[in-house]
Amino acid sequence: MKTAVIVFPASNCDRDAATALEQATGTAPHMVWHGETEVPDADFIVLPGGFSYGDYLRSGAMAARSPIMADIIRKAEAGVPLLGVCNGFQVLTEAQLLPGALMRNAGLDFVCGMQTLQVVNDDTKFTGGLKGRSYVDFPVAHHDGNYEADEETLDRLEGEGRVVFRYVANPNGSARNIAGIVNEKGNVLGMMPHPERVISPILGGTDGAAFFKGIIEALN
Amino acid sequence: MKAKVHITLKNGVLDPQGKAIASALHGLGFDGVGEVRQGKVIELQVNETDEARAREQVEAMCKKLLANPVMENYTIELSA
Repeated sequence: MKTAVIVFPASNCDRDAATALEQATGTAPHMVWHGETEVPDADFIVLPGGFSYGDYLRSGAMAARSPIMADIIRKAEAGVPLLGVCNGFQVLTEAQLLPGALMRNAGLDFVCGMQTLQVVNDDTKFTGGLKGRSYVDFPVAHHDGNYEADEETLDRLEGEGRVVFRYVANPNGSARNIAGIVNEKGNVLGMMPHPERVISPILGGTDGAAFFKGIIEALN
Repeated sequence: MKAKVHITLKNGVLDPQGKAIASALHGLGFDGVGEVRQGKVIELQVNETDEARAREQVEAMCKKLLANPVMENYTIELSA
């Protein structure tokens, strides 16, 4: 099982993501610098959280146009599973791999803390490890996590089962309490909460370990 | 030429920063202030003397990077 984590300037959850992947696969992922033009052969790619390019212009805007992204878009279109967490989700919307946009939190505060999420669809490539679970606890830490899209897009996401996670207590004003969505093909998941931060009891939870384990098992 | 790009949120897109500014202005006693919307201005120097070609280039920049069409509108002002 080969995995890769993309590292942008000011990514700050790249090593957490690497630890989560290594725990799930037994092998350290490739760490791929944003200035590269090709992701080495990988069965699963993660765009980590952080504040790429200092959130200049719009969160994720610069990272979405960095050299590595052309290959990531190609691979996503070819069906390679791709997960974007937090800033990674912002990059996915900016790269138009996922619809909508992540706006400033409605309350203007940076929100940080554990969130209970409803598992809306446990029948995706990414949620095999959460089968039968109605709720999971993943932490959030973001300033721009307020998911917005036009009504038609929101209806379509809901109608097609593409809303994967919803906040139980909406921390940021997200439309329809959306915390995570998949693309039409089902191989690209973007989510604001951080599963890679809850992969061991000493980190305050293990729901993230089950999440990553499920993704890897589905790929095997 | 010089280009000035004005980027604003589309109508109907929630602007929490604009709301906070409005409430701060009300707190300062500017009771006549209604809705406030915050945007941004980007000034660019383009190596181009022909206005139509300059506009075409800046238009492409807006579409590719400067504005997010999901939530933002933009207008371009050109000057020599």
